[in-house]
Amino acid sequence: MGLAVLFAFFVAPEDADQGVSQRIFYIHVPIALTAYFCFGLGAWKALLLLWRGGERYDLESYVAIHQGTIFGSLTLITGSIWAKASWGVWWNWDSNQLVLFLTLFLFYCAYFMLRFSLPEGPRRERSSAVYALFGVALIPVSFFAIRLAEDFIHPVAFKRTGPDMEGTMFAAFCVSWAAVTLLAYVLYRVELVGKRLDSDLRELREALE
Amino acid sequence: MTYLADVAALTRKDLRVELRARDTLPAMLLFVLSTLAVFHFALPEGTGDDAAYGLLWVAIVFTALLGLARAWVPEHEHGVLDGLVLAPCDRSAIWLGKTLATLAFLLAAQAVALPAFVLFFAPLDGTALAGVLLADIGICAVGSLMAALAAAGRARELLLPLLFLPLAIPLVVGGVGAAISPDGSQYLLLLALYDGIFAVLSWASFEYVVTES
Repeated sequence: MGLAVLFAFFVAPEDADQGVSQRIFYIHVPIALTAYFCFGLGAWKALLLLWRGGERYDLESYVAIHQGTIFGSLTLITGSIWAKASWGVWWNWDSNQLVLFLTLFLFYCAYFMLRFSLPEGPRRERSSAVYALFGVALIPVSFFAIRLAEDFIHPVAFKRTGPDMEGTMFAAFCVSWAAVTLLAYVLYRVELVGKRLDSDLRELREALE
Repeated sequence: MTYLADVAALTRKDLRVELRARDTLPAMLLFVLSTLAVFHFALPEGTGDDAAYGLLWVAIVFTALLGLARAWVPEHEHGVLDGLVLAPCDRSAIWLGKTLATLAFLLAAQAVALPAFVLFFAPLDGTALAGVLLADIGICAVGSLMAALAAAGRARELLLPLLFLPLAIPLVVGGVGAAISPDGSQYLLLLALYDGIFAVLSWASFEYVVTES
């Protein structure tokens, strides 16, 4: 897995005819896509929890959303670095994708506030699951809203370069995306195992007392 | 028809409690008027009407938060919520009753706030008012559910704004757009879409929030 990540770093420099700032695209976009995917996975597990019941879905949903938030922070950081390098500003309210992502990110940060204000138990599992589902419902509505809001925030002053990529760039992008997805998956599994061990240990300790 | 009778009974209960206690609604009224006064000083000389509409919506959202923070307090104080959950009514009726009552309070507060806004700042046309009405439905629907989620935990007053504000963003966009934009109908459509999706989602998921198994 580490090889895949390294490969992404070595493949990217092959496309030396772009500006240096473009390179961060190979990291930033896969991280953003992975963050969205993690939130979606978290919401799916939440739906399974409410629909079928079963404690394991709660932990899986929580870990997925946790990963999503971590990757989300990385998206915002790498995005800001890229923005500063290519646009000259750290943040830009004109772009739909940015505002949508920020809204979603804030929403899921509040998820943790909700989760840790409740004592452990089925109440917490269900409340977290309901909240995660609201996040996913928020995505299309927010997208539509932010697109409408363009009219009165202010007109876009510049155009972003389109994502059409030629051969080697596309290959590098795919390798990078696969690497980041693998990284996310590994982190997800590791954290899930860790959390499960935690809860098993806690149960044993309580049983012994 | 007992579902609607349950909802009506619950809404009547909330309205009656508020009429007797008279704590939340006067606070909301005073808050929104004071906020509008503060906004007069917050807006520099020469800013257009558009900024005033934006601030109106900030005032509406935060007034609603004030009302919502106290929405479930009576139910939690004397274990009333447990009683309601045990009662043979559909749990979503509890949510609907609470939403309708909160909506009534918000509309009452706005009945004072909107004329005050027109007096202090800028006129409001039919589209803007329709936007306010549609957004109120969304605010109360989502806010009741979020308030129920927050009320179960420890830091309820802190938690409710955190849970609610990201969800309120599309409502603010819709409301301000309806007030400012020459073609307000697409913003009204956005608000109607939001209301449809989130009211149904809140209605369906309330059961999972208040029950444990």
